[in-house]
Amino acid sequence: MTADIAKGAGVLFVAAIVQVTLLSQIDVFHGAPDLVLVTLVCVALLRGTIFGAAAGFGAGLVVDTATLQTLGVTSLLLTIAGYWIGRYGETTGRDRSHAPFVSVAVVTILYSFGALVLHYMLGDTASASRVLLDALPFELIFNLILTVPVYALCRRLFRPPPSGLEEVQLLG
Amino acid sequence: MAGVLVLLSIALITIYFRESSGGGLHQVQSAGATVLRPFEVGADRVSRPFRDAYGYFAGLVNAKSENNRLRAENEQLRQQASQNAFAASENSDLRKKLNFVNSPSYPRGFGHVTAPIVAQTPSAFAQQVTIGAGSSSGIKEFDPVVTGEGLVGTVVRVAHNQSLVALLTDDTTLVSAVDVKTGAQGTIKAGSSFDHVSKDQRVSQGDILVTAGWKAAGLSSIYPRGIPIGQVTAVGQNEVDLYKHVQLQPFVNFKTLSSLIVLFPPKTR
Repeated sequence: MTADIAKGAGVLFVAAIVQVTLLSQIDVFHGAPDLVLVTLVCVALLRGTIFGAAAGFGAGLVVDTATLQTLGVTSLLLTIAGYWIGRYGETTGRDRSHAPFVSVAVVTILYSFGALVLHYMLGDTASASRVLLDALPFELIFNLILTVPVYALCRRLFRPPPSGLEEVQLLG
Repeated sequence: MAGVLVLLSIALITIYFRESSGGGLHQVQSAGATVLRPFEVGADRVSRPFRDAYGYFAGLVNAKSENNRLRAENEQLRQQASQNAFAASENSDLRKKLNFVNSPSYPRGFGHVTAPIVAQTPSAFAQQVTIGAGSSSGIKEFDPVVTGEGLVGTVVRVAHNQSLVALLTDDTTLVSAVDVKTGAQGTIKAGSSFDHVSKDQRVSQGDILVTAGWKAAGLSSIYPRGIPIGQVTAVGQNEVDLYKHVQLQPFVNFKTLSSLIVLFPPKTR
């Protein structure tokens, strides 16, 4: 468990740094890939609700700190996303091959809506058409492309917990 | 657990939102950003070559369209520069004419109309230009035409809004002229020779010739007196001919004309 925490913290920290330094500069019709969100979805899918929520909270704090945005906004959104995808993984999605893509697609869309609502509530100026119509389709495509390598990496780092009965040897 | 984190996030947002920029959370965030700064710099340096490569290839993709756009812009700017140069030249030309009109050499009592050249057809057959002013501007046949440099020619045909000007270099143009220095009189033909100068009159190379503007028996020259025509370039004579052979160089450069001044005595209009 400790190793998982360390690996999760490391991979999400790297993802957050890469996100704020490199990927945020990509701008295709205002859309950019969200490596933190994709990584979080993959981790949460493999490790469940608690791990997903905690990882989302921590990653959000790093992003908000690095970008000097309102502290807690990204944390709130990523915490909910991590928890929800973790729940999906624990119940039905973990073993399905399409689960990462469905999760990333749904979370990307809901995350955009959630971020828009939250920014409106905080009084920030944001164009709904720009966020939802211009940026979202390209962000969705970018994230789905990123899902392939990120999920493969996460599966290597976070081996699925053993399922079923293990072979035991009776003594005596 | 997840609920606690959600509540913690909301608490963070609320506190951060309500506190001043010097508040505790802001300071924590600032310290956190300082801690993260080396990682960002490191990531930036590592990713720089890839970003440069991306920028290079993205530039190649956009190069063709940008090239077309810049070509169009260049063409537009070239046309603009050409128009500006032309306007500056025209401005300079008009200033010279204005200076001439206000100068002492401007014939006293004469009015004037400045008109642009709208057609220029000097050829071996007819050294004539068409100007964009005609009878509607008060121009009449045989009005003298000048520029700031000197005599240009005569109006030979007048329409309502256009006039035809025979240049000094036209074969049909004859101008009575006088040597400013010696007072020698003669006629200038086709803008190149000072004819009918008797051998007893003195003309030297470099002398300046101006219009004579004679008046006799109720008749007068169509040209006012004193308009510069040209400078004597060669003088010769022989025993056989009655007159000297005098060559001159007109002051006006007939190849660069753009607008002209048509003179007319105000009393006649």
